[in-house]
Amino acid sequence: MHPAFSVIFLTTLIGAAQGLFLAMVAVQFHVGVNGFAAPEAVGFYAVGSVISLALLGAGLLASFFHLGHPERAWRAAAQWRTSWLSREVIVLPAFMGMVFLYGVAHWQGMPTLLPALAGVVLAFALFVCTGMIYACLRFLREWHSPLTVLNYTLLGSASGFTLATAFATFSAPHAVRFLGGWAVALTAAAFIGRLASLIRNARLKPKSTLQTAIGIKHPKIVQKTQGFMGGAFNTREFFHGKPVATLRAIKWFFLVASFFVPLLLLGFGGDGAAIFLILAFVIQYAGLLAERWFFFAQANHPQNLYYQSIA
Amino acid sequence: MTQLALVIDLNVCVGCHACVTSCKEWNTSGEAGPMSDQNPYGADPSGTFFNRVQTYEVGEFPNTETVHFPKSCLHCEDPPCVPVCPTGASYKRKEDGIVLVDYDKCIACKYCSWACPYGARELDEKQQVMKKCTLCVDRIYDMSMPEADRKPACVKACPTSARLFGDVHDPESVVSVAIREQGGYPLMPEWGTQPSNHYLPRKKTRITLHPDELVRSDNPLKADGREPSTNGNGNGPTLEDASNW
Repeated sequence: MHPAFSVIFLTTLIGAAQGLFLAMVAVQFHVGVNGFAAPEAVGFYAVGSVISLALLGAGLLASFFHLGHPERAWRAAAQWRTSWLSREVIVLPAFMGMVFLYGVAHWQGMPTLLPALAGVVLAFALFVCTGMIYACLRFLREWHSPLTVLNYTLLGSASGFTLATAFATFSAPHAVRFLGGWAVALTAAAFIGRLASLIRNARLKPKSTLQTAIGIKHPKIVQKTQGFMGGAFNTREFFHGKPVATLRAIKWFFLVASFFVPLLLLGFGGDGAAIFLILAFVIQYAGLLAERWFFFAQANHPQNLYYQSIA
Repeated sequence: MTQLALVIDLNVCVGCHACVTSCKEWNTSGEAGPMSDQNPYGADPSGTFFNRVQTYEVGEFPNTETVHFPKSCLHCEDPPCVPVCPTGASYKRKEDGIVLVDYDKCIACKYCSWACPYGARELDEKQQVMKKCTLCVDRIYDMSMPEADRKPACVKACPTSARLFGDVHDPESVVSVAIREQGGYPLMPEWGTQPSNHYLPRKKTRITLHPDELVRSDNPLKADGREPSTNGNGNGPTLEDASNW
C-alpha cells in the first residue's frame, strides 16, 4: 500500500493521546482517587488533559487531509453497524469529549471517577476501532491478525506513557518512577508484539496468485500489459514505490527508535532527568511514524497482481 | 432475486479495447458527471476508467498463448467494499444486485478501494469521489431506447460478442446457460466474495477430418476418371462410393 501521511499522523497522534490519558488515570488510581492536593492535580491532570486533547485534535485535523470531501465528513458516522471506520469516527469525538470532561472535573475539583472510567473504556474502544479498520480487511493478510489491534494498543500506550513520564517531571515528580516503570513495560511489550507481527508477516504465503486472479491454471503466466501506459489510481494507491533497501532501512530505524533508544533513555531518566525523558518521547514518536509508514508499505494488496507490467 | 452481471468469454476476446473506449464514452457523458482525465495529452497521462483490457502470456515460448483479459467491477454477491463504507455511499441494490456509489455521499476516504481485492474502484481525482462500473444503470432501464440498446455500453461495443449481459440468478438466461455449459468461473474465489461476473475459459478448437470428407463423391471430374482421387493414385473408391448404393 502507499502510506498516506494523513493516516500516519492520525493514528500515531491519537495513540499517544490515548496512552497519555490512560497514564493519567493510572496515576490517579495509584495514588488514590483523591490523590494529589488540588494545585498539583490541576498541574498534572488538567494540563495533561489539555495536552491529550491537543494531540487528539491534531490527529483529527490530519485525518481530514485524507478525505477528498472533508466537508461531508459528518456523514461518516452513519454506518456504525458495519464499518469500523464509522465506529472510529463516533468513538474519537466521544473520547475527546470525555478527556475534556475529565480535565474540567480535575480543574474544578469535581468528582472525577466517572469521566475517568468512561474515558478508559472509550480509549480502549478507540484502539480497537483503529486497529480493526486494518485487521478486518481479510485479503490484506499482513493486517488481518489480532496482532494489529494489539500493536495499535501497545504502541499507542507506550508512547503515551513515555510522554506522561516526561510531563510528570514538571507536574508530578513523585509519579515519575511509577509512570517510567509502566512506560518501560509497555515499550517492551510493544516491541514483543511488533516483533511477533514482523515474524508472522515474513512467513506469509500469498493466497491470491496470478492464476486465481485471472482464473487460468497454468504455472507460467506473465502480464504483458496492464491495459494503459500512464498512471492510474490503481498504480498509485496500492504501491509504495520504494526499493526493498529503503523498506529494510525504515524497519531497522523504527525498531531502534521506537523501542531500544526510548528504553535506554527511560532508564537514564528514571530519577526524573527531564531532558532524557523528553528525548525518549520525541525519538519514540519519530520511530512510531516510521513504524506506521512501514505498516502500510508492507501490506501487499492482491489487486497489485493485475498491475505488474505497463507494456 | 435478480443479479445482473457480465459474462466475458476469454476464448473470443481479441483485446481490441472497444469496450474500454465505449464505456468511457458513455459514462463520461452521463448526468453523473465526467470521468475526469489528468494530463491527457501530457507526459504522464492518467484518468478514470471503469473497465480495462489487460493482456497476459500463458506458457513458455514457443508454446504460448496470448490471453486478453477485460477487467471491471464484478458486482460481487457479497461485496467486501460495501460494509466498510462509513457513509453508506457504497451500496448494493436489492432489486438487481448492482453495486453502486452515491457520488453525493462519498467522502473519498478510499477505504472501499482497500477492501476490494480486484482493484475495481478508482478515485476520480477531479470530482474526488470513488467510481466504478455501474453496469450502465442509466442505460439498461432507459425506456426511451430500443430494447436491443438496453445493454451496457461495453456489451454493445464488443465486435466479437465476447461480453454477455443478463441475470445470473435466472437459470435460463443467456449468462447462466453460458456459465453452466461453458465452464464459467469467478475470479479469486479464495476470498468468498462470490463475484457475479464470470469468465468463460479459453478452449482448443479442434476438428478431426478424414481425407474423404474433403472430396465430393459426385464431382463430375471424378466421373470422367480424371480428378480427384482419395487413395493417392486417383482411382480408389471413396467412403461414399462404398456406402451410397
